[in-house]
Order: sequence, then C-alpha cells, then structure tokens
Amino acid sequence: MTVEVRKDQFKGYRGPALEALKRFSVGVWSDVEVESTRGSFKGIILPRSETADDKHVVMKLRNGYNVGLDVSTLTAVRETGFREAHYKIPEKAFPFDPVKPNVILYGTGGTIASRLDYRTGAVIPAFSPGELYGSVPELADICNLQTEKLYGVFSENMGPEQYIGTAKAIGRAVAEGKDGVVIGHGTDTMHHTAAVLSFMVQNSPIPIVLVGSQRSSDRPSSDAALNLINATKTAAESDLAEIMVCMFGPTSDEYCLLHRGTRVRKMHSSYRSTFRTIGDIPLGMVDPQCVVTFRDDYNRRRKDRNVIIDPVFDDRVSIVYYYPAMKPDIIDALVDNGYRGIVIAGTGLGHVNKPLYPALKRACDKGLHVFMTVQTLWGYVQMYVYDTGRDIMELGVVPAANMLPEVAYMKLSWALGHSNDREEVKRMMLTPIAGEITEREPHDGYLIYQGGIPEVEEFISKYRK
Amino acid sequence: MKTPQEMTRKDYAALGFKSGIEIHQQLRTQRKLFCRCPNTRYSPAYDAEIMRHMRPTLSELGEYDGTALMEFKTRKEIIYRISRHTVCTYEMDDTPPFMLNQEALDIALQVTMLLGCNLVSEVHIARKQYLDGSIPTGFQRTTILGVDGRIPFKGRTIGIRQLGLEEDACREVSDQGHVRTYLTDRLSIPLIETVTEAEMLEPSEVAEVAHLLRTLTRLTGRVKTGMGAARQDVNVSIRGGERVEIKGVSRIPAIPALCHYEALRQKALLDIRELLRKRGITKDSIAEQLQDVTAVVRRSHFTPLQQPLAAGNKAFAVRLPGFAGLLNFETGPNVRFVREFSGRVKVIACLDRMPNLVYSDSPEPTLASRLWERLLRDMGAGPEDIVVLVWGSERDARTAGREVVLRAREATVGVPNETRKSLKDGTTVFERILPGPDRMYPDTDLPPLPITAERMKRIRTSMGPRPWELIARYHELGVPEHLACDLLLDPHRDLLDELLALPGTNAKEAAVFFGQTLRSLRRSGIVLDKAAEERMVRLFGCFLERRFAREAFPDLALLVAREPAVEVADLVTRLVPQPLAREEIAAQVRSILTRSEWRRPGHPAREHLVAMKQVMETLRGRADGKDIADEVRKYQSAEGERHDR
Repeated sequence: MTVEVRKDQFKGYRGPALEALKRFSVGVWSDVEVESTRGSFKGIILPRSETADDKHVVMKLRNGYNVGLDVSTLTAVRETGFREAHYKIPEKAFPFDPVKPNVILYGTGGTIASRLDYRTGAVIPAFSPGELYGSVPELADICNLQTEKLYGVFSENMGPEQYIGTAKAIGRAVAEGKDGVVIGHGTDTMHHTAAVLSFMVQNSPIPIVLVGSQRSSDRPSSDAALNLINATKTAAESDLAEIMVCMFGPTSDEYCLLHRGTRVRKMHSSYRSTFRTIGDIPLGMVDPQCVVTFRDDYNRRRKDRNVIIDPVFDDRVSIVYYYPAMKPDIIDALVDNGYRGIVIAGTGLGHVNKPLYPALKRACDKGLHVFMTVQTLWGYVQMYVYDTGRDIMELGVVPAANMLPEVAYMKLSWALGHSNDREEVKRMMLTPIAGEITEREPHDGYLIYQGGIPEVEEFISKYRK
Repeated sequence: MKTPQEMTRKDYAALGFKSGIEIHQQLRTQRKLFCRCPNTRYSPAYDAEIMRHMRPTLSELGEYDGTALMEFKTRKEIIYRISRHTVCTYEMDDTPPFMLNQEALDIALQVTMLLGCNLVSEVHIARKQYLDGSIPTGFQRTTILGVDGRIPFKGRTIGIRQLGLEEDACREVSDQGHVRTYLTDRLSIPLIETVTEAEMLEPSEVAEVAHLLRTLTRLTGRVKTGMGAARQDVNVSIRGGERVEIKGVSRIPAIPALCHYEALRQKALLDIRELLRKRGITKDSIAEQLQDVTAVVRRSHFTPLQQPLAAGNKAFAVRLPGFAGLLNFETGPNVRFVREFSGRVKVIACLDRMPNLVYSDSPEPTLASRLWERLLRDMGAGPEDIVVLVWGSERDARTAGREVVLRAREATVGVPNETRKSLKDGTTVFERILPGPDRMYPDTDLPPLPITAERMKRIRTSMGPRPWELIARYHELGVPEHLACDLLLDPHRDLLDELLALPGTNAKEAAVFFGQTLRSLRRSGIVLDKAAEERMVRLFGCFLERRFAREAFPDLALLVAREPAVEVADLVTRLVPQPLAREEIAAQVRSILTRSEWRRPGHPAREHLVAMKQVMETLRGRADGKDIADEVRKYQSAEGERHDR
C-alpha cells in the first residue's frame, strides 16, 4: 500500500514566510540553494508546523539537521530539484498459527508503535497487524493478532460516545470468540476509561487489557513495545477475566503491573511507572515469560460467551474538587445548569466548609444525586467521626466509601443512564461491581515511601528502580 | 609497516590521505543543557540503578538502519547508575525536556561566530538516535547553529562544516557479555560540536588543527578544561578507501599515530581485496553456512574451548573460500587481519573473552593440526580455503558465525564504513557500523527557538579575539611568536597587556617577565591578587627606567609579593641600591675577583662560572648580566695572560 503526501505546495506556511516562498517560486520539498545576509545554506524545504511562527522557513540540510531561516534575511533562493516524500508501508503479514490464542487489539488513539520517515522527520503510526509485526515481532510468538481502529483521539478527548463504542466493540470481540482483548489508549485518561468500561462490560469471560506508552513509541527507549508484549500476553494467556490496565511497574524494563480498572490511577505526569493501584495491591504482574497473580479474588477465564454489555452514560455529572473558602455559587451554578449528579472530592474524611451546606441541601432537594469521595485518594470516607461529616450527610450527601473520585464520576454517570430514582441510584453506587469499593484496606494498600530516609534509600539502592 | 616518523607528506599524498576532525567540547555553565541539574565535576557515587533495553525504530522503508540493526542484534541490558545530585528525572528519560539553557546557547553562538560560520535564524532541536545505551532516551538532542566557517591554517584555510550545541552522553563503566553499565553524571552537560571539512593532508596537521580549535574555544574562558572536557573524533580515508571514524580520542598528541595507522590499515584492506579478486572470490562466493561442530571439537585440549564446551556451549565452523593466508595479513604494527573478525564477534555477538575465534592457518598453536584437518575436510575446504571456528551459547555462537561471514564478504568490497575505538598503541578496533546520515528527526517536545538580531549583536560585540588575531597583535607589539603562542591561554593575560601598554615598553622583556618570572611565582604557591598585579606593573616600570637589570626580577618580584606594605620603589632601592653605569662595571669586577678564589686550572669553563657566581652575588641586578659577563671574561683572560707571562 502506498500513501502519497497530499500535494500541498505551501503546507503550514502563512504570512511573510508564505509570501517569500511564492516570491522565490519554491515550495515544500523543493531542493534549494539559499543565499542570505547570514550566509548560504543548501537543503530541502520542509512543511511548517502550525504552532510555529510565520517568519521563518524550515529546511532540512544535507547533514540531516533542520534549521529555520528568517525570510527577511533571504536574498536569493534557487531550486535545484524536487524531493517529494512517499511513505511506502511494506506488506508483511502477521503470521497465523491455529494453535495460538486469538487476540484483537482495538486502537482508540495514541501510537502504540510507529515508524520514522527520516527524510521529513515525520512519525507515522504503525497499527495494522503487519506493521505491528514489523515493529514488535515478539507478538507473533504470543498470539494471532487482529487490529481494529475504533478512534484516533488524544485521551483527554475521549468521552461518552467513545466509551459506548468501545464497550460495544468488546461485546463483538467476545461474541466472535476472541481469547482476549487489548485496547490501545492514551495514558492521560486510561484510568477513566478503565473505570467506565468496568461498569459497561460485566461478567466478561476473557481478559480485557488497556495499554499505552508513557514515552512516545518512536524512541528507542520507549516503554511501548514491552507494555504491548505484556498486555498481549495477559490477554492471550492469563485467566484474569477482568478489565485491567497493564503498564510498567518500575521505570526499568523489568515487568508490568496488572491493575484493576476501578482502582488504578495515573500518579505522575511523566514517569513510566506512573500507574498505581490505590488502596489495595494490584491483581498481579507480567513479563514476557509469565503472568503472576498476587491474589485470588478475581474472575476467571471461562469458555462461555455470556458477557453483559450495558453501555449507557449521562453526561450531566460533575466532579467538584473542594478547596478552602470555596463559595456556594459554584454548586448553585451546577444545579441551575441542569446537572443531575455531583461527585465531591472532599478534604480529610470527606469534608467541605459550612457555607456550602445550603447549596448542597438545595441541590439534593432539587433531586441531584450527590456523593462524597476523598481528595487524599487513599482511605475511606467516614462522615460520622466529625460533626462536619454528620451535618453534610443530613443534607443528603452520600458517602462513597473508598471509591476514587474519577471512578465515582464514571459510575454515577453510568448509573444515571439507568434511573433517576434516589434510592435506586444510591443502591447502584454503593453496590460494588468490580472492586470500585472494597470492604477492607490491607496495610499494604498505601505504600508511599519517602526519599531521603536512610532505610528507604538503602532499599532503593538494592533494587532496580 | 612504516612508522609515522618514516612517512613523508608525499607518501600521504600518494595514498590520497584525507582527514577531518570533530571536537566535542564541554561548556562551563551553571546548569545542564535541558534540565536544571548542576553542571559539576564527575563523581562515581550513585544511589540507585535503572535497567533499560533499546529497540530500533523502523524507517519508512520498513527497514532498520544498519547501526540500529547491529545494536539490536547484541540484545544488551543497559544499567544506568543515577545519583540525586547530578541527574533528575529528565536524564532518566522520565520527564520531558525543560527549555534550552540560554547561557549555553550564548557561548555556542559566540564560538560559531569566532569560526566565521553562517548562522541559522531559528534553532531546531533534532533527535539523533543511539542504540548503544549511552543515552537513556535512545537519542541525543542536538542542534546546529552555523555552517560553512573557515579558519586560517599554514597559509591556507580549513573549512568548518558546522557547529552545533548538544547534550553529552553517559560514561561507560563496563561492558561485559550482555550487560553494559553507565554512569549518568556526565549526561546532558552542554557540548559544542565543531566539525571540520576533511581538508587535513597529513596526520600531524590533524593534531595541529585540533590544537588550534581548542585554543580558540579556550580563549573564550567559557569552556571546561581538564581531562575529558574535550574529546576528538577523527575521520580518516584514503583513495579507494572509506571514511572511518575513530571516536573518543581524548589526547591531541595521540592523534597523528592513530591517523597514520588507520591510513595504512585501509591500504592493507584494499590490498586484501585485490588478492581476493585475483583468486576469483566475490561476495557470493562466501556462503552463510554454519556447521555445528561441537561434537567434533569437544575433546580438544585447546584451553579457551574446554570450559565453555564442558558447560554446554556450542561450537560452529564456517568456511571462507579463497582466504588462505589472508587472516594473517598485516593490517597494523603487530596486528593482523584476523583482528577485524574478532572485533565484530566481540561487539555484535558479545563474546568478549579472548580469543573469541580461531582459524585453520593461524601461526599460533590452537587446535591440534589433526583436528583442523578433520574440520577442513568436513567443511569441504580446498587448499586456498580456511575454516574459522567460533563458540559460545547457541544464540551467540550463531550470531558470531554470521558476523564472520558478513565481514568476509565486506573484505571483497573494500574498507567498511565503521566507527572504531582507539588503543594506546595507535591502532584501532571495531566499535560499531557507521550510522547512515539520516538517523535524525525533529524533537517535537520543544518549540523552535529564533535567534534575534539583538542577541547576535550582543554576542558579536563581546566575542573576544581569535588565536591568530591575538598572535598577530602580539607580533605587531614585538612579542616573539614562540612566546606569544605559549601565553595565549594564560588566565592572567590582562596583566601582560598592561605591561605592553606601558610607555617605552619592551615587548620581549614583558613577555619573559610575565611568562617566566610571574608564572614561576604562582607555581610556587604565591597568589597574586589585583593589588599585587598592579605592583608588578610598577616594578616593570622601574625596570624600564633602568633602575635595575633583568637578572634582579626573580628576587624583586618575590619581595614585591611578600611585602605588600612597602612601596615598590623602596624595595628596588633596598635590593639594588646602586645601579652601575656600563663603564663602572670593570672596576667592580676587579675589586671582587682579586679577593676571591676563582681559579680552576685546566677548567676554563668552570672558572668562568665560579667567577660569575661570586661577582653576581654582589652585582646582580645592578647592571645587565651580559655586560657583567663580558667584563668578567675580559678580566679572566687578562689575568690568564699575566700568569702565562
């Protein structure tokens, strides 16, 4: 398959830079010799990025470097040739082995694998099974792979439409007899999607594994390949019939952790080891050799195809992150704008200040469903301990145990897609489906060790980070 | 094989010798290039370790770049040692880059201008891929600031192809088997990379140009000095050969021998190619057929084989048709062609215990000749053929066998494009396949950076002099050239300029006073602050007024430094109360020598020295030493005549 670059002669150039190109009768991909007040340069004119300014022309010099030249310094530009870029994607079939498990990889966005066009510097997604096979040949040792691109969005742009579409796609995969599902997803909201899918897809007989990469897949150090290998292995071979996130454990290329979709959260803006299970231990860990489970309270793989797909979502729910001196008009605004559910991330055991009480009462009286979670992320809401909590419950706010704020938001949106009845919604919210509320928090559910403490530093020096 | 001393310029010209150099020079900045870690000294201490693998990225043609493929074949585990004092999550490749260090950019732009390059208007950061693990991200962030500069050299010019600003890499700690370990303290220190054109015509010129460029950057006072602060990569090619890069040469004096022996190595490879051609051997003649001969060699007494095979490793044999005698061909001083094969096996198959291969016509005793005969027979080898044996784990040994075949095929083509590592004896070994020119693509984590006209103006006005401009200026002032070259990099050069600016100054005396007397004072541990330096200028002024002769400088300078409370003029008077006029010298000499034992019959030279010593004790500094010596000689010879009479 050959993909030709769109014939856009001045791609990305505007203003003075565009004028200059026209004046000298050259365009993108022209091989040129340039004279300027700052000397002469030889190379190929490249497309201009939309976010860069309109005063410079970008060229790729013979040595491979890109440079920008101020158009006001150009005195002469001579075209000596023309080098259009063609992306030739080779036809390489993913090998099929009837003995191996069948896995489908759904793409929602982000590049789980890519290839580089060094001529232009473009990073091109590699997504078809053949391309993935070329990039990560180890996958062929694990399973037969099919791929389907559902969406191509940055994960912050995922929303109800994508959640519902993905849930239905999972239903199709189960019906078609697949042995496992892998979902490629941007990491920013991977935990949001994992949570909502845990409600929209219940009783799955097969593993459903969300995976992404923290470092872009075009770089040699990327975690993409290992994450993908581990996720695929989990989907193909393990008996964890759960919705999980599979991402690096430590920042070293050692193993991935398998996190329950309702208890996982991205905890660092960039570290490879960013995903962590909150308030409990993960389901297990995986490396290219094997999957190890840490516990036995999980749904096991079954041969039947009886999955429950329940894809509903009401988008009139908001998370309110409480801060000191918050004013009640924010709650009022939500009520007046037709919101039906509010998840509060309160301080401490689940608290907000007094001035908010009348607004919260008004909200509950008007039929909104209001639930309390904790900003601290770890720990239970417990609103009996202090007057504050008891007063807030009186208003109609419901404590949501140890549900994470984002997970509570997803669950409430899903619940409101079924009913508006106060008691029914409360029942749905407080009845755990997939571990979003746990009965107990073991001591090792909260392990944040502080750097600088001698024994911690000693521990870290002994194991690969 | 000719040594460097035995070669002439014409010999190199006959070979078609060409060489260029790339200099990586660390900058003296507060912080590193893309993060706010301190740019400090190295330290081997570390708090934690990370392990990574590097995977190559397919190019748009669905192929892997040659180097990338090579590195992937080695399957190394890379260990990084990190310390919280010298690296942050940026170096660990767990945080995106921070904005480019502006201090580093200023220094780099200054050097770009000094080299006369054409400056870019907008700096774009590129990613240059490295899969050896020397950078945790797998790529180096690098920029180019200028192209097409020129520097004067021996009446002609040397072209400067480009100057770039980029980040430094990790320091290798060890590389054994499949594990390579690095220290990360050096990672991301700002570097400028100066690349010359391949216009040096003999090895000594390469070192001279390196020295000139080093002086140029050091004159700015804004680059790091000391071991490892500057590293050179040297490119060498000969007619019919290929550009070979010798990486990481840290000492400039080591350069000429390396260039020389590389040129001769390439010549040897071309000779080998010719021999193969005469024997009718082409790439296609050499089949990739590895034979598992573990069972055959299992009971050999050859020590390097015994333990690995006993431990369950395998041995593979490969036939190289037409290669009889060729692995023994001299490619360097005490170096044979077999080193090229062994080098590939070491780097790519990670078999680093030497010897890592043996071959049937080796002059050294290896396997029993009976065993070689058996192998030769089994492999169907004829009288012009040889058999090469490799061993190791099955995977590594197969990789090794394949690399032997690949290198043999390359021998029919000529000189492979390689990066080589330098050894102390001036020879080199294979390090990696030279990467193609296009292993770069834009780094989109940071926006392009315009270089404003104001910034360029600011830097140009404080650019400072180039070495040749300074030497010319000193030459004009009368400072002898050999002294000037020596003084260029002296950090106290301002003082010399002050001495040269005095009315009625003497440039040669100033250079000697500065370069010898004052340097010697500093070396003995005496620190001269600004006030002391000013006093030294006054002292020199006294000299110009003929208050004392040059021989008194050392003692006077010491006094001036040691007694800051006393006026310089007074110190001069104290040490040299009475300068002597030329005509007074003779009488003084006579008066001293008549009262002293200076005669040493039969030893006239010693006599003069003894006499001078005694005379100078009293007269030092009061008159010009040459004049005194004249008078002493006159006196001695008159006395001699009198005696003889």
